[in-house]
Amino acid sequence: MGEQSQQTAPIQYDYTVAKMFLVSTILFGIIGMGIGVFIAFELAFPELNNLFGEFGTFSRLRPIHTNGVAFGFTLSGIFATWYYVGQRVLKVSMAESKFLMTVGKLHFWLYFITILLAVVTLLSGLTTSKEYAELEWPLDILVVGFMVLWGISIFGLIGIRRERTLYISIWYYIAAFVAISMLYVFNNMELPTYFVTGMGSIMHSVSWYAGTNDALVQWWYGHNAVAFVFTTPIIAIIYYFLPKESGQAVYSYKLSLLSFWGLMFVYLWAGGHHLIYSTVPDWMQTMGSVFSVVLILPSWGSAINMLLTMKGEWNQLQSNPLIKFMVLASTFYMLSTLEGPIQAIKSVNALAHFTDWIPGHVHDGTLGWVGFMIIAGIYHMTPRVFKKEIYSKKLIEIQFWLQTTGIVLYFSSMWIAGITQGMMWRAVDEYGNLSYSFIDTVEVLHPYYTMRAIGGAFYLVGLFIWAYNIYKTFKCGRELSDKEINVNASPMAS
Amino acid sequence: MDIGQLQAYAYFFFTLLLVFLLYSYIFHLYISERRGTKDYEKYGKLALDDEISSEPLEKNSERVVEK
Repeated sequence: MGEQSQQTAPIQYDYTVAKMFLVSTILFGIIGMGIGVFIAFELAFPELNNLFGEFGTFSRLRPIHTNGVAFGFTLSGIFATWYYVGQRVLKVSMAESKFLMTVGKLHFWLYFITILLAVVTLLSGLTTSKEYAELEWPLDILVVGFMVLWGISIFGLIGIRRERTLYISIWYYIAAFVAISMLYVFNNMELPTYFVTGMGSIMHSVSWYAGTNDALVQWWYGHNAVAFVFTTPIIAIIYYFLPKESGQAVYSYKLSLLSFWGLMFVYLWAGGHHLIYSTVPDWMQTMGSVFSVVLILPSWGSAINMLLTMKGEWNQLQSNPLIKFMVLASTFYMLSTLEGPIQAIKSVNALAHFTDWIPGHVHDGTLGWVGFMIIAGIYHMTPRVFKKEIYSKKLIEIQFWLQTTGIVLYFSSMWIAGITQGMMWRAVDEYGNLSYSFIDTVEVLHPYYTMRAIGGAFYLVGLFIWAYNIYKTFKCGRELSDKEINVNASPMAS
Repeated sequence: MDIGQLQAYAYFFFTLLLVFLLYSYIFHLYISERRGTKDYEKYGKLALDDEISSEPLEKNSERVVEK
């Protein structure tokens, strides 16, 4: 078959699936981060653990927070932007293929059901106990199902594209798809015990790997979940939305290609830094450290490329709140990709490992980089998919400052808490006895834990403002003509 | 040659190889532009000019559409 002839009615992009994922991004964002804030308060005020019996304990809720934000909020945001960006840069509409439209809808519903089941099963205490891979085997099969559907959607859309060259964002989405699929399958190789022993729970399984091997596979997966859920697809998002919103082409396309291959090559080897001073071979620990430090180069390559894209147009930072979100996102990306390698250096790791500096690091990446990019991307999409003007620019500004303050409170308190904790654990008196007991550190950390919880609450309030603003846009935003939509800066009412 | 020595040679060899590959790729990107065989920077426009009605930068001649 050749080029399809133009129908009488002009073809338009079809955002049906993008809209579905847009809603789930907001929904899972609120659930995942709401629980995050609650458990942060639990750490500061432990009596909160008793509020809802077994269902309210930190240990029960923490996996729902991590899975909720990584696989609920972030994956939804990635899928929402894929079904938007994919069509636009390939210049092909989902409406042109009934097959792809069906796959897209199936993808959404299977994904949505899986995440809801994840919440239910984790709340019931059904877990494999592998960090970020807690879902039990029936859910893992569902995850594979929706990932396959996403793959069909990506390559299907590429197959019918009008634009020959794949824009850099598409490469990053492909990398996310390939890597997440591979990592997820390998780390979740597990044996459902019921089918072997004929007893116990049908939901229970054990990992195929044991001991140190299990730890190695787990952190090969765990760290690359950061790479291919929190980094690669978010770079895909910024490479589209920042140039589009600012009207500036990416500063250096060549640098984007070089950073892409650099990131792909280096990231997969860095997971060993999670196992420094553990039972894995020493050379693997060193390799994890070295590759983590090298990782600064491709990470900063992308981040600097983004900041330089704004060259000569920095005035937009003042006038457009979405540019604020995206520029700060790339700045937080730079911060966390410098902080990560520092923590991976063996001598620093000796102090930092198991302390609160680690969640501090994770959250300046996730809240500042991932969260801000998804928020900005969804804001940019909103007037285009609903054909309505964004309800309030002022609310976006308030959200931006509230959330930025929240992030600063979060990571600064965790820096102080983490280093205090690490120093106290190591402190010894002149006889070599430990100077502090564990509870001493807990008491000292109380104010920082409170500060962190308040920071998280600020961010969550910002998320509600975001949800409200988008809801109001959908409900009562001013209708836009095609001419008003086809502009770079997102139309928004003051 | 013991294993330690072998590792050291392998380490040195791979470092050189990877540095060579990295710089070759950068060289390839720049030389293709200078020779005019490729203009990478024009692809930056793909994000800006992305209406379905706008002319593709490079038309996909093998486009297959499911009816």
